[in-house]
Amino acid sequence: MRQHDKDLHPSAKVPSVREEKLTEGRESVGVALQSALVHSIGAEPLRRMLYYMMLTRELENRIERKLYRQGKIVGGVYVGRGQEAISVGSCTLTRPQDVVCPSHRDMAAFLIRGMTPPRILAQYMGRRDGYTRGRDGNMHMGDLKLHVISFVSMLADNVPVAAGVGLAFKMRKEDRVVLCYFGDGATSRGDWHEGLNFASVEKLPVVYICNNNQFAYSTPVQLQMAVENVADRAPAYGMLGEIVDGNDVLAVYDATRRAIERARAGLGPTLLECKTFRMTGHSAHDDASYVSREVFEEWERKDPISRYQRVLLQEEIISQEKIDAMQRQVIEEIDQAVDWAESSPYPEPEDCLRGVYYEDDE
Amino acid sequence: MSPTTYLEAIRQGIWEEMERDERVFILGEDVGIYGGAFKVTEGMLERFGAHRVIDTPISESAIVGAAIGAAYMGLRPIAEMQFIDFISCAFDQITNFAAKSRYRWGAGVPMVIRGPSGGGVHGGPFHSQNPEMYFVHTPGLKVVAPSTAYDAKGLIKAAIRDEDPVIYLEHKFLYRRVKEELPQDDYTVPIGKAVIRRPGRDLVVLTYGAMVYIAMEAASELVKEGIDLEVIDLRSLLPLDKETILESVRRNNKVFVLHEDTRTGGIAGEIAAVICEEAFEYLDGPVLRVTALDTPVPYSPPLEEFFLPKVPDVLKTARMLASY
Repeated sequence: MRQHDKDLHPSAKVPSVREEKLTEGRESVGVALQSALVHSIGAEPLRRMLYYMMLTRELENRIERKLYRQGKIVGGVYVGRGQEAISVGSCTLTRPQDVVCPSHRDMAAFLIRGMTPPRILAQYMGRRDGYTRGRDGNMHMGDLKLHVISFVSMLADNVPVAAGVGLAFKMRKEDRVVLCYFGDGATSRGDWHEGLNFASVEKLPVVYICNNNQFAYSTPVQLQMAVENVADRAPAYGMLGEIVDGNDVLAVYDATRRAIERARAGLGPTLLECKTFRMTGHSAHDDASYVSREVFEEWERKDPISRYQRVLLQEEIISQEKIDAMQRQVIEEIDQAVDWAESSPYPEPEDCLRGVYYEDDE
Repeated sequence: MSPTTYLEAIRQGIWEEMERDERVFILGEDVGIYGGAFKVTEGMLERFGAHRVIDTPISESAIVGAAIGAAYMGLRPIAEMQFIDFISCAFDQITNFAAKSRYRWGAGVPMVIRGPSGGGVHGGPFHSQNPEMYFVHTPGLKVVAPSTAYDAKGLIKAAIRDEDPVIYLEHKFLYRRVKEELPQDDYTVPIGKAVIRRPGRDLVVLTYGAMVYIAMEAASELVKEGIDLEVIDLRSLLPLDKETILESVRRNNKVFVLHEDTRTGGIAGEIAAVICEEAFEYLDGPVLRVTALDTPVPYSPPLEEFFLPKVPDVLKTARMLASY
């Protein structure tokens, strides 16, 4: 964590922001709370969360370290390695009718909502069976039937869009919430401000989830903002802000559960800032030479997957043998998905012209 | 029945659609309690309630972004830009999020973005603009610009019922200056269809919005000189009604385009290209343009008058083309 001069920024310490210290060797939710959480969640959902974290890691490793380097993915590749706890810990809590607006580092949100590795890989490879039929690449995908709204490259554009989703729920008095994800860099854009402000004024059922991975491409967070935490801005919107250990899936789960409860109770949006680190460059072509080896090593020790595995082993929710079997299952699943995606044809060139406007046969 | 103004026609159209379809709602700055800066939404808050007539912060990007999110959830939002000039603040949401959504991932965005455009009322650089071409250049959008009360009502209804995002440009100069008797029954005006306002035999002017009236005034002057000017009101700029345009060019053989938008990159250039590509052999003269000048819209009356196309400009071009 970077140093923060409180004398220079006295206003950065805002009472309504809960701060958890992210120190190595101590689980951020605390041992007693951790145990209570583990038992309240139950063994099956806990194992499913581990599965999605491992599936996400393997899928993204395959995308970034194999398929991209083999030239099978022609466009940009952005992964969320090291950030898996955030989308898993939060999206796990959504009900089928809830909506998610994932960012480009939230692969698990797509998977948990039911989008499948074969079609996701076809999407990356520009194939006909990808979620955008070759019109767009990488994480720019969605499926309204699964209530997943597609992300665009203009960061924070999804923040007011999520407010609009929440507005529809409020207007129709539906018991639904929307989870909206973005990175620390996105919070510098005006759409972020406009969206949070409007959502809070209208008390909309939105949970805004920031993956603060400390870098916007190569620009460190202290060149993005003059406050210490993204969550420090929440009180300015009349919104509850909370700082969460983004590498602790149980902490993310716990904070999201409370935020969703507030949203369902009509108390309006919450801003969750999940502190994490981007264990990769901005994209596959960025070697992240601006990050020191020591910093990567430090965050490697806080890896959310191995950390969560330790908790589950300690709480006897899963055995090492079961974890190994899960890893083999994940690899096999991705192997099959890659084969399927590679066998998917490219779109017909003339398909370029279709679907700009509504067509009767849709 | 007393005649209905252009402004009242828009209001009626929105009102009737909100009565007909509970998915329709309106959001924007001062649309509720105040009834809109020009009173287009007057009385709607009382009739439809605060959940369907939403006063927003001064956040055009959030207004459009929220409209997109609500449209994804099955609603039919009407986003008001208090002055259409402010649509620039929402440019990204419109062109990147809304316009490309259906094409990218099959998620349509049925939404109307409407607001007062145009000059002639001394609004100055930020309350007089004609931003149509930013959006005509964006596949995935539709752009309409009615000139009559009948079309204002019929097109707003068609826009609300459309499955794609529609930019609806209402000309503020016409709000209270133009009126006519409207049918009692429900009707729409199809998007993408131009209309012949005045049939002619010698040459044709293609125009839209407030310039339709400049063209009509010029036509009544020209007829005294034995020049029979056909006036076509485009009504929709995207999609463009090429069929009506080309049919008229084949009949009249001489054509010019009149618009209040500035000259460079205005729709006249696009129309001239279409005519050259598809009806060149029918032409008996060059395709000419009468447009506003390539400057911001100036405030002071003599400057603004100089800037805007006027009847004498149309007469000069028409006479020149007629004698070509």
